[in-house]
Amino acid sequence: MTELSLRGMTKRFGRLAAVEDVSLEIPDGTFVCLLGPSGCGKTTLLRLLAGLEVPSDGRLIVAGEDQTAVPPEKREFGMVFQSLALFPHLSVAENIAYPLMIRGRPRAEARARAEELLDLVQLSGLGDRRIHQLSGGQRQRVAIARGLAIDPQVFLLDEPLSALDANLREHMQVELRQLQKRLGVTTIVVTHDQKEALTMADVVIVMNEGRVQQVGSPMEIYRDPANAFVAGFIGTSNLLPCTLTADNSIEVSGFRFAVDKSDRIKSDPGTGLVLSVRPEDVRLGAADTGLTAKVTFIRDLGESIQYVLEQGDHEITALYAPSARPDIGLGDEVGVAFAPGKRVVLPS
Amino acid sequence: MSTLSRKPTSRWLPVVPTVWLLVFFLVPFAIMLSVSVAHRVPGGFYEPGFELDSYLRFFSVFFGRILLTSVLISASAAAICVLLAFPFTLSLARMKRRGQTVVLVILLSVLSLSEVIIGFSLSTLLSKTAGVGNLLSLLGIIEESRAYTPSLFALMTGMCYLALPYSVLVLYPPVSRLDPELGEAARMMGASPFQTFRTVTLPMLRKPMVGALILVFVFTLGIYLLPQVLGKPQHWTLSVHITDQAIFQSNLPFAAAMAVLLLLVSLLMVGLSLLLGRDKAGDT
Repeated sequence: MTELSLRGMTKRFGRLAAVEDVSLEIPDGTFVCLLGPSGCGKTTLLRLLAGLEVPSDGRLIVAGEDQTAVPPEKREFGMVFQSLALFPHLSVAENIAYPLMIRGRPRAEARARAEELLDLVQLSGLGDRRIHQLSGGQRQRVAIARGLAIDPQVFLLDEPLSALDANLREHMQVELRQLQKRLGVTTIVVTHDQKEALTMADVVIVMNEGRVQQVGSPMEIYRDPANAFVAGFIGTSNLLPCTLTADNSIEVSGFRFAVDKSDRIKSDPGTGLVLSVRPEDVRLGAADTGLTAKVTFIRDLGESIQYVLEQGDHEITALYAPSARPDIGLGDEVGVAFAPGKRVVLPS
Repeated sequence: MSTLSRKPTSRWLPVVPTVWLLVFFLVPFAIMLSVSVAHRVPGGFYEPGFELDSYLRFFSVFFGRILLTSVLISASAAAICVLLAFPFTLSLARMKRRGQTVVLVILLSVLSLSEVIIGFSLSTLLSKTAGVGNLLSLLGIIEESRAYTPSLFALMTGMCYLALPYSVLVLYPPVSRLDPELGEAARMMGASPFQTFRTVTLPMLRKPMVGALILVFVFTLGIYLLPQVLGKPQHWTLSVHITDQAIFQSNLPFAAAMAVLLLLVSLLMVGLSLLLGRDKAGDT
């Protein structure tokens, strides 16, 4: 059982805090994605877990043991680096067997384990190749196999799929997910690609400016963002300034919408709040007495049609299925409403 | 449309290096070769001819020993230089960018000192009356000041001082390009810092190290002033004897013959080290 526990993990570089006061509990066998924009501290957090960075503050507990001061070579962790960091002077099998050779295991055993792992990542028979003879996707698999060679307590991956093209990346996401489920190893993946995080993870940890913004399942993160940053970062959201009145209605640009009982209200009544609505939950109709906006752009994406509207200083995006396409043209003044129950009011 | 038919590189481009090689290497070499088989006029100069006397003269115990001395001195200088330059370059590459630039500029400025200045500075520094011997006796480390030159030690110090910047300059680019994630990956897989160095850093830098060895070897093989200033007569290398024959004995055919042999020996050594430095799988 390898549950991970981070307590007040902090890393400062000079005066700058790359990771600030991160406390997390990660159950055994969980697939975790650390998600955030570049520079949000997610890679630093992964390196803290790996032991490649020494925390300025805080503790790391692995399976009940404090491993904060344990050097990386003494932790039984597997890691895949962003550059993959495969050794060009070794063959594919030697790369995979490297952690076993370092541990002084017999050559035959190491070789057998390498073959086994090559089978696991569907590269059987390529053991004697050189790294530079492999394609990008194959190198990716070798790096994953090498990270798993010692049956690690924790498997860490830093942007492992960022170098692959879109099709291969999606394929590898599914494969990595299936592999992790099969092995049941606690896995932590750093990514800036929200689609990747939502596809693979059991738990998504959204980070920004060194702090954890929200921890939750992909659906929770998507449907129920904890703050305006998460709402804006995950998927596309319309973020509009709003006011929540004491008589329970949402006011946007002077127009009021009654709060539905399934709307997510995350703030006390007041001004300067943010209304977050997904493009698919924006309703467009005839311009009447309600909120109106002008259509500035229409784009047919095939599976859906996107409307971009201008409402005062704000931009609103609406998404419709082709079958439900409203009769709206470019430059039209239309009425805007937000689907009841799908509205999220957040403190800004 | 006409741009499509144009070739990316001109056809006469390879002509330039060929002409260079011809003018600066092959022609002088041919002259040297013809001089080496010319007939020496005792007490005079030489006249054209073909005889192998000069070569035959070389195949004696005396000159054989000189050749061996030259090769051993240069090989040792190469080994010492790379041994010193390797850790130096590794720590240099870990410094901040600014610091690296400063160190490299200082190192390059050493190259502007001529062999003559270095040779005579060292011979003064290692002398009995004005050298470090005085300092050591003042500190009570030795009884009485003594001279450390001429000696093999003094000669090696001079050669390594001259050649060290070159070996650092050869090692620096590949060392600074070495991806630090490779070392981190090794450590994540259980390798101690020393194991990481032995299994990752060292094998990945084998080729540049062989390159530095070859460069220093060939470079020091041609040094002819330092052995005379800092070494004893038994440390005089083939280059010293070539100078001696050419300038003081006016025996150009013999000097040319020795130069040809020196060239062959260095080519042989370079070939050998390239063979040793080759990757087992023979790739890249």
